[in-house]
Amino acid sequence: METITAREDGVLIAKASGRVDGANAREFQNNLEQAIESDDKMVILNLRELSYISSAGLRVILLVAKSLQSRNTDFAICELQESILEVFQISGFDQIIPVHASESEAIASFSG
Amino acid sequence: MPEPYKILVVDDEPDLEPLVKQRMRRQVRSGRYTFVFAQNGVEALERMGQEGDVDMVLSDINMPRMDGLTLLEQIPTVDPNVRSVIVSAYGDMKNIRTAMNRGAFDFVTKPIDFEDLQITIERTLRHMEEWRDALISRDKLVALQNELEVASKIQQSILPTEFPKSADYEIYAGMSPAREVAGDFYDVVRLANGKVGLAIADVSDKGVPSALFMMSSRTLLKGTAVGVGSPSEVLAEVNDMLCEGNETVTFVTVLYAEYNPANGKFIYSNGGHTMPVVIHADGTSSLLPPTRGVALGVMPGLEYQQKTTTLSPGDMVILYTDGVSEAMNPDNEEFGVERLCKIFADSPPKSAVEANRRVFEAVSEFAGEAPQSDDVACLTLHHRG
Repeated sequence: METITAREDGVLIAKASGRVDGANAREFQNNLEQAIESDDKMVILNLRELSYISSAGLRVILLVAKSLQSRNTDFAICELQESILEVFQISGFDQIIPVHASESEAIASFSG
Repeated sequence: MPEPYKILVVDDEPDLEPLVKQRMRRQVRSGRYTFVFAQNGVEALERMGQEGDVDMVLSDINMPRMDGLTLLEQIPTVDPNVRSVIVSAYGDMKNIRTAMNRGAFDFVTKPIDFEDLQITIERTLRHMEEWRDALISRDKLVALQNELEVASKIQQSILPTEFPKSADYEIYAGMSPAREVAGDFYDVVRLANGKVGLAIADVSDKGVPSALFMMSSRTLLKGTAVGVGSPSEVLAEVNDMLCEGNETVTFVTVLYAEYNPANGKFIYSNGGHTMPVVIHADGTSSLLPPTRGVALGVMPGLEYQQKTTTLSPGDMVILYTDGVSEAMNPDNEEFGVERLCKIFADSPPKSAVEANRRVFEAVSEFAGEAPQSDDVACLTLHHRG
C-alpha cells in the first residue's frame, strides 16, 4: 500500500495504491491524516491503483469522511476498480460517501 | 540503588580470594559487585543453595572433589538463570570448548588479567540482565495470551451451538476465527408464532476492540429481534443504538432474516453484508435479490430495505461472511460467490450440517497453504417444508 498526495488548485488529491487491510490500515489512516491540512476545502481520494480493501480499510475512509464532514470540507472518492466499487456497494458506503468516475467529475460535483 | 551483583568465585588456590578482593575493591566498594568464594564444585553448589541469589559463577577447571566442567553441568539444576565464566590455562582449547558446550558464557585465561576479567564480568552481567528482562516480557506476554484465550472462550461461548429444529427445518452454523478473538458472529433467535430469526454479521477489523463491539452488536440485535418489528425495523433500531457514542467508527455488517417454517416465507434485510446463497434441492443455486442498506454503526437515522422470498421445500439458505467469499489462495485469487454456489452443483447436500461442513472444507481446501486472514462464519438453514 502506498499513498501519494498532491494539491491542485486548492484540492487535495490523495492516491492510494495496492492493498489496504488490517495489517496496514493504521498506516493508511496516518498517511491520510498527515496529508490533510485544516484549511483544505476539498479532498479527493483516487482509488484507481487500489486493488483490495478490507473492512479495516473501509473504516479508515469512513473516519476521514466523518472528520472532513465535521469541518465542512468536501470529500469524494473516485476511479474505483470494479471489485472495490462492489465492496462500497455491498457495505452501502456508496450511499454515504460520494463516488465519482473521475477527479474532474468529483471536482465538478463540489462546485455544483 | 540496586542490589550488588553476587559473583561466586570457585577455585582451590587459596591465594585467589585475597587477590580478587584486592583487585576488585573499587567495584565492591561502589556496590556494583559482591563476591562469595568456594574451594571446589561441591562447595560451590552448596554456596549457591545457601546464598540463593548468586548471579554469576567464575570457576576454575581443575579442582578436587568436583571439577569446573562437572560444576557447569550442575549449575542449571540449581538455578538456570545463573551465567558462568570459566578460568582455564592459556591455550587449553580442549577444556574451553567443552566448557562452552556445557553452557559457559565466556572464559578468561590464567594468569588472570584483572582488567580483562572485569570487562568479561560486565559483559556477562549485561547479558544476564537482558535475559531476565526478556523473561519478564515473556511472562507478561503469557499473561496477555491467557487473557486473550479467556476472551476467545467467552466469545465462542455466546455463539449458539444448539439450534432450534423441527420436522420442517434444520439450522446449523459455525465460525472459525482468524485470530484469538473474532469479529464475525451469527445468531439464531426463536420468535413468536414459531418463527425463527437468523443473523450473520461481521465487525470491521478484528482483535479485542472489534470483539467488544461484536458483543454489544449481538446483544442489541438479539434483544431487538425478540422485541417487535420486521427485519428492516430491527436493523434500523440496532443501527441507531450502535451509533450512540461510537467514536471509533467501528461498524458491523449484518444480514438479518425472519423465517417462517410454516410457509417457507423468508423476509430479509441487509446492512452492508454479502447476500445469502440459496441451494435448491437439485443442486442449482441462486443469489437472493439484494436489498440496499448501510453497515450498522456508521450513521444514525438510516432506513433499511427488506424483501421477501418464499423458500421451496428442500431449499438451503447459506448465510456467510466475507471470510468465505474473499478467502484467498496462495496465488491471491478470491474464493468468490461462484465457487460457493458450485460446491453443491454435482451433489446437493442432504442436511444443513453437511452443507455447512462442505463450505468450510471447500474454503480451507481452496486457501491451501495461504494463511487465514479473516474470520470465516457460515450459517445454513434447510427448509424441508
